[in-house]
Amino acid sequence: MNVAQGIAWEAVGIAIAGERAVCDPSGTLYLPADRLLIVSDLHLEKGSSYARRGSFLPPYDTLATLKRLAAVIARWQPCAVISLGDSFHDAGGSGRMPAAFREHLLSLMAGRDWYWIAGNHDPVPPEGLPGHWVSELALGSLVLRHEPAQGAAGEIAGHLHPGARIVQRGRSVRRACFACDGLRMVMPAFGSLTGSLNVLDRAFAGLFSRETLTAYMLGRDRVYPIAGALLRS
Amino acid sequence: MLLIAPTGAGKTLAGFLPSLADLALRPKRKPGEAHRGIHTLYISPLKALAVDIQRNLMKPVEEIGLDIRIETRTGDTPAYKRQRQKYAPPDILLTTPEQLALLIASADADRFFAGLRFIVLDELHSLVTSKRGHLLSLGLARVRRLARGTTGIGLSATVAEPDALRRWLVDQTPPGAMADIVTVAGGAKPEITILDTDERVPWSGHSARYAIPSIYQAIKRHKTTLLFVNTRSQAELLFRELWHINEDNLPIALHHGSLDVAQRRRVEKAMETNSLRAIVATSTLDLGIDWGDVDLVVHVGAPKGASRLAQRIGRSNHRMDEPSQAILVPANRFEVMECRAALEANYLGAQDTPPLGEGSLDVLAQHVLGRACAGPFDEDEFYDEIRSAAPYSTLDRATFGRVVEFVATGGYALKSYERYARIRRMKEGRWRISHPNVAQQYRLNVGTIVEAPMLNVRLTRRQGAGGSVRGGLLLGQVEEYFLETLAPGDTFTFSGRVVRFEGIRENEAFVTNAADQDAMVPSYAGGKFPLSTYLAAEVRAILADPARWKALPDQVSDWLRIQQENSVLPRKEDLLVETFPRGDRFYMVAYPFEGRLAHQTLGMLLTRRLERFGARPLGFVATDYSLAIWALEDMGYMIRRGHISLGRLFDEDMLGEDLESWLADSWLLKRTFRNCAVISGLVERNHPGKEKTGRQVTVSADLIYDVLRTHEPDHILLQATWHDAATGLLDIGRLGEMLSRIRGRIMHKDLERISPLAVPVMLEIGREQVPGSAHESLLGEAAESLIKEAMGG
Repeated sequence: MNVAQGIAWEAVGIAIAGERAVCDPSGTLYLPADRLLIVSDLHLEKGSSYARRGSFLPPYDTLATLKRLAAVIARWQPCAVISLGDSFHDAGGSGRMPAAFREHLLSLMAGRDWYWIAGNHDPVPPEGLPGHWVSELALGSLVLRHEPAQGAAGEIAGHLHPGARIVQRGRSVRRACFACDGLRMVMPAFGSLTGSLNVLDRAFAGLFSRETLTAYMLGRDRVYPIAGALLRS
Repeated sequence: MLLIAPTGAGKTLAGFLPSLADLALRPKRKPGEAHRGIHTLYISPLKALAVDIQRNLMKPVEEIGLDIRIETRTGDTPAYKRQRQKYAPPDILLTTPEQLALLIASADADRFFAGLRFIVLDELHSLVTSKRGHLLSLGLARVRRLARGTTGIGLSATVAEPDALRRWLVDQTPPGAMADIVTVAGGAKPEITILDTDERVPWSGHSARYAIPSIYQAIKRHKTTLLFVNTRSQAELLFRELWHINEDNLPIALHHGSLDVAQRRRVEKAMETNSLRAIVATSTLDLGIDWGDVDLVVHVGAPKGASRLAQRIGRSNHRMDEPSQAILVPANRFEVMECRAALEANYLGAQDTPPLGEGSLDVLAQHVLGRACAGPFDEDEFYDEIRSAAPYSTLDRATFGRVVEFVATGGYALKSYERYARIRRMKEGRWRISHPNVAQQYRLNVGTIVEAPMLNVRLTRRQGAGGSVRGGLLLGQVEEYFLETLAPGDTFTFSGRVVRFEGIRENEAFVTNAADQDAMVPSYAGGKFPLSTYLAAEVRAILADPARWKALPDQVSDWLRIQQENSVLPRKEDLLVETFPRGDRFYMVAYPFEGRLAHQTLGMLLTRRLERFGARPLGFVATDYSLAIWALEDMGYMIRRGHISLGRLFDEDMLGEDLESWLADSWLLKRTFRNCAVISGLVERNHPGKEKTGRQVTVSADLIYDVLRTHEPDHILLQATWHDAATGLLDIGRLGEMLSRIRGRIMHKDLERISPLAVPVMLEIGREQVPGSAHESLLGEAAESLIKEAMGG
C-alpha cells in the first residue's frame, strides 16, 4: 500500500444482505471476505465516443479513469476486480482505445481475476482484452448485475449513476453516492466524465424506500452516510 | 461613420437617413425581375429594440410615402418568415448580432448580402465591450468582404474613447484606420439631486428600504417615474416595498429580464400608452428604448459608473431642450459618496465606459466554424479577414492556426480525433466542413450568451397530496441553483408577488400564492456591476478632502469626521490598512476602492500570504469599497513587530505564482471555462425543454475542466479561459494597477477597536458565502446530524 500514505482517508464499512463490504471514497466497493473490488460504469473512451459526433471532449478521460483505478487497486490489492457494466462507453470503445491506454489497463489486470459484466452501453465483450465476460455474477447471497432488477434482494448493481443532494444552512451540496438500504446497493459511476442522477429521481422508483435508504456520499477523502430523510430532490 | 450623441437626440433616425435617401432614389423592381438582396442592415443588442425601431422607423417612412419593406428578424421570428426573408429579402432588415452570425453562415450568404449598402449599428458603445461585440466585429468583417461597397454607420452614446469605436467600425487593414466621426453636443443639463432624507442612511446593504416613503412621494408628484435598480433582486424588493405603502393604488409595474416575455410586453404596452405611474426596472430597459412620457428617473442604489448613470437619466424626457429630472437614492453611506461623485461627473461630462478588450478566442472558434458552414475557405485569406476586425487586429498567425485546429479536431496534443474532424483541409488547400450535420449543429449553438440553467416558474392552485400539478400562469424563469436551495413550503418573492414553493417537475417549478412577510428574495447570478475606476478615484478624492464633505449629508460627513478622529482617512493615492481585535478574532480591513471582483481576488491572495506569515487567517469578505480579513493571530501586533511586512504582503508578485496555484481549483475559473466551452462549441448548449434539465445528458463542464487541466494545461481553451477570468471575474488587470499605485504608499493604523469606516464591511460578514471549500464541512455537518438523530440527541 503506497498510495494512501499520509492522507487522512476513511472508508465506511457496511453490510449488504449480510455480506460485509467497504465503501471506498473513490466510489468503489471492496468485499474483504473475497478480496474483491467492484467498480461500476467506467465509461472508458467516452471522450472519443463524443468526438465521433463532433464534440471534441479531451481525449484523456480514459487515462484519468485508469489512473484513479490504479490508485484504488494499489490501495486494496484485490485478488479479483469486477467491472459492473458500461465499462466502455460504447461497443466500439475497446477497439478505439489508444495502444498506450490499453497497455495501462492490461497492467492493472495482470495477476488478478477480472470480470467484465455486460452493460447497456457495452453489450458485447471488449475487443482483444482478457478477463471473463458474464451477464451477471452470483457471489454468496449476492447477485452482481449492471441494471438493477425490480424486487431483487441481495443485489449490487450500477447503471443509474446515483448522486445525492443535501441542503445545509441554505446551501446545496451535490455528490455522487452509493445508494443502499441494507439489501441492495446501487453503485456510483467511476468514469472521469460521468455525471450523476439524483437518487430521488423517478428512475430509482421501486428500488428503495426513503425510510430505509442511506446515501453514502463521496467526499474528498471520506464517505458521508446521509439518511434518506435528509436528501433533497 | 460614427455618430455620437446623447440620448434623446434622435440619432437612430439620423442613422437611417443616408439609407432612406439612397432607397428613395433606387429604381423600382419590375415584376418578374429577380429579388434583390437586402439594402440596409440594422443591428441592435436587444430584441425589443429592433421591434421598437421598426415602429419608430415605419412611421416617418410611411409619412414620406416611401415604398420600402422593413422587417425584423430575431430568435422569435417564425421559421416560415425567415425562409421567406432569405428568398425575398426586405429592403431594411432589423436584427441582432446572433442572427447576423447565422445569416453569414448560410450557403447563400453572398447572394443575400451582395447588394448591401448600409449597416447601421445601434447602441454600439454597449455592444463592443462584450463577447457579443467580438462576434459582431467578426460578422462585420465577413460582410465587408461579401459587399465591398458597404458603409458602416455606428450610433453611440458618449464614450470615453471615441477613437477605439472609430477603429472598430472600419477594416483594420491597414491597422489604425478610423471611421469619420460626428459628435452632437449634449442638450440641457439634467437636474440631478441626491435624495434628501431625515431618515438614517444605513451603514451597509443594498435595499434602500429607508427611502421607500420618500420615493413614493416623488412618484406621486410626477406623471411617470422610471425607477432603476442594479439587480433583479433589488427590483423585486423595491417593487414589493412600494406596493406595501401604495395607499392610492397607483399603477406601478415591474420589468426585468427574468419575467415572462408576455408579461414584459404587457408592461411595455402600458408604458407606451402612458397608463403607468411608475416602472421598477433593471438593465432590460437600459438602452435606447423610449416609451411614453417619463418625467422622472429615480436611481436606487449606486450607479457604479458615471456613463451608466448618464445613460439611464437620458431615459427621462426625450427632448434635447428640456432638462431631465433625476433623483439618486444611495442605499448606504459609501453609496452616498459614490452618488455624489457620479453626480459631479455627470455635470462635468466625465466618461468612464470600459476600454475595448482583445477579441476572445472562444468566439473566434465559433466564427471559424460558421465561416466553414458558408463554404470552403483559405486559411491565410481568412486570417487577413479576421485581423481586419479591430478586436482581432493583433491576433498572431500561430494562435489563429491553433484555433482552426481546435475547430477541426479539438486541438489536442494527443491527435486521436483526426478521423472525426468537423472541418477538413482539401487537397487544393482550402478548409471545408466534413458533413452537412456540422452546419446543423453549428446553427443550434450560435451566440455568446450562456445562461445559468433556468427553470420556468408556474403559478398553480394548491393541490392535495399526490394531486397532479399542471398548467398555471407562467411567471418567468429563475436560476436552477436558487430553486435547489428551497424546500416545499419555503416562500420567496418573484414577479412582484410572494409565492410558496411546491416542487419541481420536469423543467418547471410550481408555486402557489402565499402571504409571507419575510419571504426570501432570489439571488441571481450576474447583474452586479463593479464600481468604475473613475468613480472609485473620485470617492477616494472626496474622502481625502474635508472641504468636499460639505456637499454630503450631515450624518455622512459626521461619520467621516469621527473616522478622522478615531483612526485616519487615506490620502487620494494611498491605501489605508486598519487592524483591530474584536471578539476572539483579529481583523485587518483594507480600503482599495477597486470594486468587489478585484477585492475578492485580492482577498484570496492575501489570505494565502497571511497563512505563510503565520497569521492563521480564517476568512474574508469583500465589498466594492473595502476588504476585511479575520485571523486567529493579532495581525496589528505582527505588523508593528515586523513579523508581517505590509510592503511584502501587498507586493505585485502575488499576481504570479500565488495566483496560479489558487486558480488551479477555483470555482471562478470553472465557471468561466463552462462559458468558453459552450461558446467555442466544445460542449453543446442545453436546449430548454428538450431534456429534463440537461444535467444528465450534457457532460459536466467541471469534469472536462479537471481532465483537461491535468493532462493538457496549455490547451487553447484553457488559455481563453484564463484570459477571460483575468479581465472578468477576477479583474486582475485592475488589481495589478492598484498594487503598483500603492507601492510604498500603505498607511497602517493599529486600533483598539473597530473604526467607523470599517463598519460597513464588517456588517457584510456572515451574509457572504465562502464558495467551494465549505462543501466538505457541510457534508460533515449533515452526517453529524444523522448521528445525533440516531443517538436521540
